[in-house]
Formats: sequence, C-alpha cells, structure tokens
Amino acid sequence: MSRFFVLSLNGLTQGAIYAAMALALVMIWRATQVINFAQGAMAMFTTYLALFAIDHGVPYWLAFLVALSSGLILGAIVERVIVRPVESAPPLNVVILTLGLLLFLEALAPMLFGGQIRSFPPAFSIVGLHFGNSQVAFSPFDAFTLGSVLAVMVLLLVLFQKTDLGLRMRAAAFNPDVSRLLGIRVGRMLTLGWSLASLVGALAGLLIAPSLLLYPTFMDQVLVFGFTGAVLGGLDSAVGAVVGGLLMGFALSYVGGYLGSDLETVGALVILIAVLMVRPRGLFSRHRLRQA
Amino acid sequence: MVAVHSRLDRLASRTLGGHLLLALGAAVLLLLLSTQIGAYDNYNLTAVAIFAVAAAGLNLLTGLNGQLSLGHGALMAIGAYTASLLLKDHELPVVLVLLLSVLSTGLIGIVFGYAAARLRGPYLAGATLTLAVALPQVATRYKSIFGGESGLTVPPTTPPAWLGPDFPPERWLAWIAVAAVVVTFVLLANLLRSSAGRAFRAVRDNEAAAALAGIDVARTQVLAFVISAACAGLAGALFAYWSGVTAPAGFGVTLSLQLVTAIVIGGLGSLAGAVWGSLVLVFVPSLTSGMASTLNVPSAIANNLPLAIYGGILVIAMLVAPHGIQGTLTRILTIGRARWGHTPAGGQKGVVDWDDPASDP
Repeated sequence: MSRFFVLSLNGLTQGAIYAAMALALVMIWRATQVINFAQGAMAMFTTYLALFAIDHGVPYWLAFLVALSSGLILGAIVERVIVRPVESAPPLNVVILTLGLLLFLEALAPMLFGGQIRSFPPAFSIVGLHFGNSQVAFSPFDAFTLGSVLAVMVLLLVLFQKTDLGLRMRAAAFNPDVSRLLGIRVGRMLTLGWSLASLVGALAGLLIAPSLLLYPTFMDQVLVFGFTGAVLGGLDSAVGAVVGGLLMGFALSYVGGYLGSDLETVGALVILIAVLMVRPRGLFSRHRLRQA
Repeated sequence: MVAVHSRLDRLASRTLGGHLLLALGAAVLLLLLSTQIGAYDNYNLTAVAIFAVAAAGLNLLTGLNGQLSLGHGALMAIGAYTASLLLKDHELPVVLVLLLSVLSTGLIGIVFGYAAARLRGPYLAGATLTLAVALPQVATRYKSIFGGESGLTVPPTTPPAWLGPDFPPERWLAWIAVAAVVVTFVLLANLLRSSAGRAFRAVRDNEAAAALAGIDVARTQVLAFVISAACAGLAGALFAYWSGVTAPAGFGVTLSLQLVTAIVIGGLGSLAGAVWGSLVLVFVPSLTSGMASTLNVPSAIANNLPLAIYGGILVIAMLVAPHGIQGTLTRILTIGRARWGHTPAGGQKGVVDWDDPASDP
C-alpha cells in the first residue's frame, strides 16, 4: 500500500478529531464571540471522568455516556457561572478567563485522579483491518472515530437547520436584542450552545485519548490544531470548521510523514499564514475584508 | 496658535524631563534594593525586570494598538537564540549582545508585522498562537545550529573589575536587567506621548476614523509590531543570560500566554500595568508553592495546588477587577480625588481614562 494512501487515512482520522474540536470552538464563537481556550481542558476533564468510571467497574459505553453528559453539564456551568458575568467585558478579559479555567482544570485533574499518565481503552480494536491478504492502516476504531464525528455533525446540522430550537439558537446568537423582543430566552439558548459545544469537545477527547494517552495537558495540542483549523476555515462558519479541521489533519499527516514529525507544527503555521494572507477571515468567511 | 504650540513644547519637555527623573529615581532605588537582598531575590528581581520589558512591549501592541498576540514567547525565543548564538564562540560585551538581539528580533518583527497587519482579532490570535507552537520546533529540528532539545548554553556575564572581586554575578545581572527595563520604559513612555503613540490608540479605537484622519493604518500596525518585537527580543536576550541555557522548552506556548496574562491582570495599555503583571507572574507562583509545601497534604495535591490557585486567581481577577491592577488603582485614586474635591489635571471629574499614560511611572 502506498505511503501516500496510509498518510491520507491517518490524516482523515486525525482531521476528524480536529474538526470536532474546531466545530466546538466555532459553535461557542458564534453564540458568544468567545474563543474558549478551556475547551481542550474541559474535554480532558470529562475523559478523566470516563476513565474514573471505568476504573470503578462501570461498563465502557456507560462511561462513554458519562463523559458526554458531563460535557453537557460542564459547558452549562462554565457559561452560567464564569462567562455570563463578563458578557460585556473587553474580549481579552474573556480570553484570560478561559485561560485561567484551563490552568485550573489542568491542576484539578491530577489532584482528583492522580498525576500519572494513563492509557485510555479504545471502543473498538485499533489493529488495522484486513482486506483479503493485505492489512490497511485503518482500524475499526478509526472507522468509529470517523462515523461518530460525522454523526454528530449531521445531528447538529439537523438541529440548527431543521428544528425550531435550532432556529431560536441561531437567532439568539445572530441578534440577542431582537430575539429577546421576539420572546426567545436568549440566555438559555447561549447556555445550550455552550453545552452542545462542550459535548462535541468531550467526544473529541474520548476519540483521541486512546492514541495520545491520558494526562492533564493531553488535549492542549488538539486544542491548538482545532483552533488553527477553525481559523483556517473561518470562525463564523460551521462548514469551515469541519473543512479546516480536516485540512489540518491531512496537512500535519503529510508534513509529518514526508518531512519529519518535528516539522508538523511548522507546516501548520506555513499553511495557516498562506491561507490567511489570501483570505484574512478564513476560507469560508462571508464577511468583507475590512469593516468600516 | 503660536501660544498653543509653545505650550505644547513646554509640556513635551516637561514630559521628557519628568520621565527621566522618575526613571532615574526608580533605577537608584532598585539598585540600592539589589544590594540589600540575597542571591535568590536578585534572581527574582531580574525575572521581574525581564517580564516587565516583554510585557511592556506586548502591552504597546495589544493594549494600545489592539493587536492580540499569543506568540510573543516565540519573539523572545528569537532574541534569546540570537544572544546565545552570538555568545557561542565569542566573548562579547553585554550591551552589544542586547542591541544585536533587539535588532534581529525587530527585523524579523517587520515580516511578522506585515502579516499581522492584515489580520484581526481571533485570526491574529490563531496565527500568533500557531507561531508560538511552531517556532520552538525549528530549534529542535536544526540541531547543528540551535542545539536541539538540550539547547545552547549561555556563559554568565562577569561583573566588571571596578566593582570589586567579590561582587555577586546575580546582582550584576540584576543591574543589567534594571538598566534595560528603565531604558525601555523611558523610550516607550515618550513614544506613547508622541504622535506615534496617539496614532496607535487611534487605530485601536477606530480604524476607519484613524484612516480618515490621515493615519496610515497598516504602517502604524507594523510599527507597533516591530517595537513590540524589539522589546520581546531584549527580554529574550536577558532571559538567555538569566537562565544560562536557551532551549525550546523554555519558550513554549505557556510563556506567550503568561505574557498576555501579565498585561491583562496588570492593566491593559499602561506601562505600570506591565510591572504589576510581571510581579504577579514571578511572585504569585513562588508564594503559592511555598504555601502548598507547608501544608500537610498528599504530594499529588501539593504539587498542583499552586497552578490551581493561579488559574483560580485569573478567573476571579477577571470577574472582580476587569481593568487589572493598574485600572483598579487608577479608579480608586480618581474616586478619592473626586471625593476630596481635586479634579485630576486635564481630566473630567469622575471620568476615568484607562489609557491615561499620566499614571505611568
């Protein structure tokens, strides 16, 4: 099997996870104009909760659900308790706030769950599938990763485009004041947006944990690449987030495979700068270049 | 018109004179302080000075010009590697090393500055964050030049002979750092009071209005970036002397984020804010880790408590003091003055100008 094909498959799976992370960031950005730098740390925390449940004899899939639902709850708590009070503060303050939350969670996790590096069990085998006599670098767990990210995206698309609730959420993000006049509970919609975003983040954590191992800062890299993907695609576009995340996955895989893994991040930087110099608001932005 | 001009001229000379006097006073105080404290405290004093130089530069870019950089640690790395490479085979005077580091970082800052001037808000943040992640990797990759993971060792600066044979080297480094911070602050304070400083603020507040007023927006942004990069380069070179080794691990994303934290906690847009923020960066972790080690708790908790407290402080500080330490102090002062019947010169009663450089040292 050609090297290019292997790297492409690897890039696709990694890209799916970056896409999930980017999507989580974009959902929060669109709802509250905040870049949630604690997104990765929140996902790390929910993944630790899943491992904690598994350690205590909870079946795997139930632990999976524990992580996802604690993601929902954590997102709501963070929005209500920490982000809501600084809604009208300068944007940099919210950046520092989420950075503070990131540090806090990364310190809290080893206090609660122990600081040693842990392995996280995958949902399915991570051994490459066999087709006839040849083995491909694509495992059942990779298939599950792709499938679950795709499923979440379809569900979110249906929610936002086809349901009344989704319409209300979009309206609340688009114009809070008018939405309020129309009887939409804007605050509640924003909380729900944060909840759903951190659910997607929690999923990304569960999917990447088997290959990265679990330690307090294990999601930092994923957050950076997810953020890069979101910026690449354009922060205002959910489609852009997915495309940007996938692009990051492919790019990192090719650069790592052909030029050496220590150049991965440099490759990411070069691609990001190249795209942003042509389109300063990302690939899928619909905004004008400069706002007067 | 003539009267206005001469008054402005007088004001300018007063400003410069005031800044110089203040700087001289601060320098003398700090040098005296450094002779009274031990080696460890001199080490901390140097760290505060280094962070203050870098944070002041970042505050100019972010607080005054509105460009958010999450990658200033990478610019510090450029300064640090310049200094380390210069000192690899040659023995050079400190001043020359510092100046060349400032120059090289400033030149690279021009390239980054042009790219940054096209980007806004979170897009600039994303690009600079990626820079912070990527640049240390270059050092890891090109081992023969940058020494790879283990980095380059930096020989310590020896105190000059006229200070006597027993002069402690850490105090000498503290003096160098204090001199660097004082010179940087005087230059920045005057720049902020000049037309360039007003242009920075105008561009931050409203690009379209600034452009209409005849300000070249892109050029102003590049200039702010270059000056800011030069400060980071100076801080990086001092950092190389301070730590004795320049390695990629020292310039990770954490350093960049620490600098942003410093200016927001200290106070955006003011030089004093950079000092407050640097004090927080250096002393809060050492205080909390000292505190945690005295507690009788399992090591898993004691080791992580300082970070948890630090994160908690960031969150709480943003909730209770959104304008940082300097902003809060200014507000308290203004309220006090209003109550006692003194209106601050040039300002309206009860109105707080967060960017008023009059509150700078």
